[in-house]
Amino acid sequence: MTPMSDCQDALHELYGFLDGELTEERKAAIRQHLDECQPCAEPYDFEAELREVVRRKCQEQVPEALMTKVRAALASEAARLRD
Amino acid sequence: MVPPEAGGRVRAMADRATFADQAMGLMPSLYAAALRMTRNPADAEDLVQETYLRAYRGFGGFEEGTNLKAWLYRILTNTYINTYRARKRRPEETELDEVEDLYLYRRIGGLEAAMAGRSAEDELLDRFTDAEVKEALESLSENFRMAVLLADVEGFSYKEIADILDIPIGTVMSRLHRGRKALQKRLYEFAVERNLTAPRTG
Repeated sequence: MTPMSDCQDALHELYGFLDGELTEERKAAIRQHLDECQPCAEPYDFEAELREVVRRKCQEQVPEALMTKVRAALASEAARLRD
Repeated sequence: MVPPEAGGRVRAMADRATFADQAMGLMPSLYAAALRMTRNPADAEDLVQETYLRAYRGFGGFEEGTNLKAWLYRILTNTYINTYRARKRRPEETELDEVEDLYLYRRIGGLEAAMAGRSAEDELLDRFTDAEVKEALESLSENFRMAVLLADVEGFSYKEIADILDIPIGTVMSRLHRGRKALQKRLYEFAVERNLTAPRTG
Protein backbone atom coordinates (compact mmCIF):
# COMPACT_ATOMS: atom_id res chain seq x y z
CA MET A 1 0.00 0.00 0.00
CA THR A 2 1.48 3.37 -1.00
CA PRO A 3 0.98 6.31 1.34
CA MET A 4 -1.66 8.76 0.12
CA SER A 5 0.82 11.65 0.25
CA ASP A 6 3.03 9.90 -2.33
CA CYS A 7 0.07 9.80 -4.70
CA GLN A 8 -0.71 13.45 -4.10
CA ASP A 9 2.92 14.40 -4.70
CA ALA A 10 3.05 12.30 -7.85
CA LEU A 11 -0.04 13.94 -9.35
CA HIS A 12 1.07 17.38 -8.24
CA GLU A 13 4.39 16.89 -10.03
CA LEU A 14 2.98 15.24 -13.13
CA TYR A 15 3.64 18.12 -15.52
CA GLY A 16 6.99 18.94 -13.94
CA PHE A 17 7.96 15.33 -14.54
CA LEU A 18 6.69 15.18 -18.13
CA ASP A 19 8.25 18.58 -18.85
CA GLY A 20 11.64 17.34 -17.65
CA GLU A 21 11.75 20.04 -14.98
CA LEU A 22 12.30 17.93 -11.86
CA THR A 23 15.60 17.16 -10.16
CA GLU A 24 17.07 13.69 -10.73
CA GLU A 25 16.16 12.84 -7.16
CA ARG A 26 12.49 13.74 -7.59
CA LYS A 27 12.34 11.99 -10.95
CA ALA A 28 13.69 8.80 -9.40
CA ALA A 29 11.25 9.03 -6.50
CA ILE A 30 8.32 9.46 -8.87
CA ARG A 31 9.45 6.66 -11.17
CA GLN A 32 9.63 4.37 -8.20
CA HIS A 33 6.17 5.41 -7.04
CA LEU A 34 4.70 4.85 -10.51
CA ASP A 35 6.18 1.37 -10.63
CA GLU A 36 4.31 0.54 -7.46
CA CYS A 37 1.08 2.48 -7.99
CA GLN A 38 -1.11 1.71 -11.00
CA PRO A 39 -3.74 4.41 -10.22
CA CYS A 40 -0.99 7.04 -10.55
CA ALA A 41 0.75 5.40 -13.51
CA GLU A 42 -2.43 5.54 -15.61
CA PRO A 43 -2.85 9.32 -15.76
CA TYR A 44 0.90 9.66 -16.32
CA ASP A 45 0.75 7.35 -19.30
CA PHE A 46 -2.35 9.11 -20.59
CA GLU A 47 -0.82 12.59 -20.35
CA ALA A 48 2.45 11.42 -21.91
CA GLU A 49 0.57 9.84 -24.81
CA LEU A 50 -1.61 12.92 -25.26
CA ARG A 51 1.50 15.08 -25.43
CA GLU A 52 2.98 12.81 -28.07
CA VAL A 53 -0.25 12.83 -30.10
CA VAL A 54 -0.44 16.65 -29.97
CA ARG A 55 3.21 16.99 -31.01
CA ARG A 56 2.90 14.51 -33.85
CA LYS A 57 -0.36 15.88 -35.23
CA CYS A 58 0.85 19.48 -35.29
CA GLN A 59 3.73 18.85 -37.71
CA GLU A 60 3.70 20.65 -41.06
CA GLN A 61 5.32 20.21 -44.44
CA VAL A 62 7.12 23.37 -45.52
CA PRO A 63 5.86 24.49 -48.94
CA GLU A 64 8.66 24.23 -51.50
CA ALA A 65 7.86 27.78 -52.60
CA LEU A 66 8.55 29.11 -49.12
CA MET A 67 11.97 27.44 -48.99
CA THR A 68 12.80 28.99 -52.35
CA LYS A 69 11.53 32.40 -51.30
CA VAL A 70 13.54 32.44 -48.08
CA ARG A 71 16.72 31.25 -49.82
CA ALA A 72 16.32 34.00 -52.41
CA ALA A 73 15.66 36.62 -49.73
CA LEU A 74 18.79 35.60 -47.81
CA ALA A 75 20.89 35.53 -50.97
CA SER A 76 19.85 39.02 -51.92
CA GLU A 77 20.46 40.17 -48.35
CA ALA A 78 23.96 38.62 -48.54
CA ALA A 79 24.62 40.48 -51.78
CA ARG A 80 23.39 43.71 -50.23
CA LEU A 81 25.67 43.26 -47.21
CA ARG A 82 28.69 42.56 -49.46
CA ASP A 83 28.29 45.84 -51.33
CA MET B 1 48.82 39.06 -44.46
CA VAL B 2 45.11 39.85 -44.49
CA PRO B 3 44.32 43.10 -42.71
CA PRO B 4 42.46 42.31 -39.46
CA GLU B 5 39.43 44.23 -40.60
CA ALA B 6 39.04 42.32 -43.87
CA GLY B 7 39.73 39.05 -42.07
CA GLY B 8 36.94 39.80 -39.66
CA ARG B 9 34.63 40.60 -42.51
CA VAL B 10 35.42 37.35 -44.33
CA ARG B 11 34.84 35.42 -41.13
CA ALA B 12 31.54 37.23 -40.59
CA MET B 13 30.37 36.25 -44.07
CA ALA B 14 31.37 32.62 -43.49
CA ASP B 15 29.65 32.59 -40.11
CA ARG B 16 26.56 34.06 -41.65
CA ALA B 17 26.49 31.39 -44.37
CA THR B 18 26.93 28.61 -41.78
CA PHE B 19 24.26 30.18 -39.66
CA ALA B 20 21.84 30.36 -42.59
CA ASP B 21 22.45 26.67 -43.38
CA GLN B 22 21.72 25.61 -39.82
CA ALA B 23 18.71 27.87 -39.56
CA MET B 24 17.19 26.55 -42.80
CA GLY B 25 17.02 23.08 -41.27
CA LEU B 26 14.73 24.42 -38.55
CA MET B 27 12.15 25.76 -40.97
CA PRO B 28 9.61 22.92 -40.61
CA SER B 29 9.16 23.61 -36.92
CA LEU B 30 9.23 27.40 -37.34
CA TYR B 31 6.64 27.19 -40.13
CA ALA B 32 4.40 24.93 -38.03
CA ALA B 33 4.66 27.38 -35.12
CA ALA B 34 3.95 30.31 -37.44
CA LEU B 35 0.81 28.54 -38.67
CA ARG B 36 -0.44 27.96 -35.12
CA MET B 37 0.25 31.61 -34.30
CA THR B 38 -1.26 33.27 -37.37
CA ARG B 39 -3.80 30.53 -38.20
CA ASN B 40 -3.36 31.42 -41.83
CA PRO B 41 -0.86 30.00 -44.38
CA ALA B 42 -0.18 33.28 -46.20
CA ASP B 43 0.57 35.14 -42.96
CA ALA B 44 2.61 32.18 -41.70
CA GLU B 45 4.81 32.28 -44.81
CA ASP B 46 5.35 36.02 -44.47
CA LEU B 47 6.14 35.60 -40.79
CA VAL B 48 8.72 32.87 -41.46
CA GLN B 49 10.40 34.85 -44.22
CA GLU B 50 10.57 37.97 -42.05
CA THR B 51 11.99 35.91 -39.18
CA TYR B 52 14.80 34.52 -41.35
CA LEU B 53 15.65 37.96 -42.69
CA ARG B 54 15.78 39.47 -39.21
CA ALA B 55 17.84 36.57 -37.92
CA TYR B 56 20.24 36.86 -40.84
CA ARG B 57 20.72 40.58 -40.29
CA GLY B 58 20.99 40.26 -36.55
CA PHE B 59 22.94 37.05 -36.27
CA GLY B 60 25.74 39.00 -34.54
CA GLY B 61 23.41 39.00 -31.55
CA PHE B 62 23.44 35.22 -31.52
CA GLU B 63 26.03 33.74 -29.17
CA GLU B 64 27.81 30.72 -30.59
CA GLY B 65 27.10 27.63 -28.53
CA THR B 66 23.71 28.82 -27.30
CA ASN B 67 20.44 27.41 -28.53
CA LEU B 68 19.88 28.50 -32.14
CA LYS B 69 16.33 27.18 -32.21
CA ALA B 70 15.34 29.13 -29.08
CA TRP B 71 16.94 32.26 -30.52
CA LEU B 72 14.99 31.89 -33.78
CA TYR B 73 11.76 31.32 -31.85
CA ARG B 74 12.36 34.49 -29.93
CA ILE B 75 12.64 36.42 -33.20
CA LEU B 76 9.60 34.60 -34.59
CA THR B 77 7.58 35.44 -31.50
CA ASN B 78 8.62 39.08 -31.40
CA THR B 79 7.94 39.50 -35.11
CA TYR B 80 4.53 37.89 -34.67
CA ILE B 81 3.66 40.08 -31.70
CA ASN B 82 4.77 43.27 -33.42
CA THR B 83 3.13 42.51 -36.74
CA TYR B 84 0.01 40.50 -36.08
CA ARG B 85 -1.06 40.60 -32.48
CA ALA B 86 -2.57 44.06 -32.49
CA ARG B 87 -4.74 43.04 -35.41
CA LYS B 88 -6.12 39.84 -33.99
CA ARG B 89 -6.55 40.19 -30.29
CA ARG B 90 -8.70 37.53 -28.70
CA PRO B 91 -10.43 37.56 -25.34
CA GLU B 92 -8.82 35.65 -22.47
CA GLU B 93 -10.56 32.47 -21.47
CA THR B 94 -12.48 33.03 -18.30
CA GLU B 95 -14.29 29.78 -17.60
CA LEU B 96 -11.19 27.69 -17.05
CA ASP B 97 -11.32 27.79 -13.28
CA GLU B 98 -14.04 25.15 -13.38
CA VAL B 99 -11.91 22.85 -15.50
CA GLU B 100 -10.22 20.38 -13.19
CA ASP B 101 -6.80 18.82 -13.65
CA LEU B 102 -6.63 15.69 -15.81
CA TYR B 103 -9.84 16.86 -17.48
CA LEU B 104 -9.59 14.60 -20.50
CA TYR B 105 -8.23 11.61 -18.61
CA ARG B 106 -11.12 11.75 -16.15
CA ARG B 107 -13.57 11.70 -19.03
CA ILE B 108 -12.12 9.27 -21.48
CA GLY B 109 -9.50 7.48 -19.40
CA GLY B 110 -12.15 5.31 -17.80
CA LEU B 111 -13.74 4.42 -21.12
CA GLU B 112 -10.39 3.34 -22.38
CA ALA B 113 -9.87 1.11 -19.42
CA ALA B 114 -13.16 -0.54 -20.33
CA MET B 115 -11.96 -1.13 -23.87
CA ALA B 116 -10.13 -4.35 -24.46
CA GLY B 117 -6.40 -4.32 -25.07
CA ARG B 118 -3.48 -2.61 -23.43
CA SER B 119 -3.05 0.07 -26.07
CA ALA B 120 -6.71 1.07 -26.29
CA GLU B 121 -5.86 4.45 -24.81
CA ASP B 122 -3.19 5.16 -27.41
CA GLU B 123 -5.63 4.19 -30.09
CA LEU B 124 -8.38 6.42 -28.79
CA LEU B 125 -6.19 9.52 -28.60
CA ASP B 126 -4.89 8.68 -32.04
CA ARG B 127 -8.41 8.90 -33.42
CA PHE B 128 -8.28 12.69 -33.17
CA THR B 129 -7.44 13.96 -36.64
CA ASP B 130 -4.50 16.27 -37.31
CA ALA B 131 -7.02 19.00 -38.17
CA GLU B 132 -8.83 18.60 -34.84
CA VAL B 133 -5.65 18.78 -32.79
CA LYS B 134 -4.45 21.83 -34.71
CA GLU B 135 -7.84 23.50 -34.38
CA ALA B 136 -7.97 22.76 -30.66
CA LEU B 137 -4.57 24.37 -30.16
CA GLU B 138 -5.46 27.31 -32.37
CA SER B 139 -8.68 27.89 -30.41
CA LEU B 140 -6.71 28.84 -27.29
CA SER B 141 -6.26 32.48 -26.44
CA GLU B 142 -2.89 33.73 -27.53
CA ASN B 143 -0.97 33.57 -24.25
CA PHE B 144 -2.06 30.02 -23.59
CA ARG B 145 -1.53 28.96 -27.18
CA MET B 146 2.06 30.21 -27.28
CA ALA B 147 2.98 28.52 -24.00
CA VAL B 148 1.45 25.17 -24.97
CA LEU B 149 2.93 25.31 -28.46
CA LEU B 150 6.43 26.02 -27.18
CA ALA B 151 6.28 23.34 -24.46
CA ASP B 152 4.19 20.52 -25.88
CA VAL B 153 4.88 20.77 -29.59
CA GLU B 154 8.42 22.16 -29.58
CA GLY B 155 9.67 20.74 -26.29
CA PHE B 156 11.29 23.90 -24.94
CA SER B 157 12.10 24.06 -21.22
CA TYR B 158 10.32 26.50 -18.89
CA LYS B 159 13.47 28.63 -18.85
CA GLU B 160 13.68 28.71 -22.65
CA ILE B 161 10.00 29.63 -22.92
CA ALA B 162 10.49 32.39 -20.35
CA ASP B 163 13.35 33.78 -22.48
CA ILE B 164 11.45 33.44 -25.75
CA LEU B 165 8.30 35.14 -24.46
CA ASP B 166 10.16 37.47 -22.11
CA ILE B 167 8.02 36.56 -19.10
CA PRO B 168 8.89 35.09 -15.66
CA ILE B 169 9.08 31.30 -15.26
CA GLY B 170 6.13 31.38 -12.85
CA THR B 171 4.02 32.96 -15.58
CA VAL B 172 5.15 30.27 -18.04
CA MET B 173 4.00 27.58 -15.62
CA SER B 174 0.64 29.16 -14.94
CA ARG B 175 -0.07 29.76 -18.64
CA LEU B 176 0.91 26.17 -19.39
CA HIS B 177 -1.32 24.87 -16.65
CA ARG B 178 -4.35 26.81 -17.84
CA GLY B 179 -3.54 26.38 -21.51
CA ARG B 180 -3.37 22.61 -21.20
CA LYS B 181 -6.73 22.56 -19.45
CA ALA B 182 -8.22 24.65 -22.24
CA LEU B 183 -6.71 22.34 -24.86
CA GLN B 184 -8.12 19.27 -23.15
CA LYS B 185 -11.52 20.88 -22.87
CA ARG B 186 -11.59 21.63 -26.58
CA LEU B 187 -10.39 18.13 -27.48
CA TYR B 188 -13.10 16.65 -25.32
CA GLU B 189 -15.69 18.71 -27.22
CA PHE B 190 -14.39 17.23 -30.46
CA ALA B 191 -14.51 13.75 -28.94
CA VAL B 192 -18.14 14.23 -27.96
CA GLU B 193 -19.12 15.78 -31.31
CA ARG B 194 -17.65 12.87 -33.18
CA ASN B 195 -18.88 10.28 -30.73
CA LEU B 196 -15.33 9.14 -30.03
CA THR B 197 -16.23 8.68 -26.40
CA ALA B 198 -18.53 5.77 -27.14
CA PRO B 199 -16.85 2.38 -26.91
CA ARG B 200 -16.24 0.98 -30.37
CA THR B 201 -18.35 -1.94 -31.41
CA GLY B 202 -16.97 -4.50 -33.82
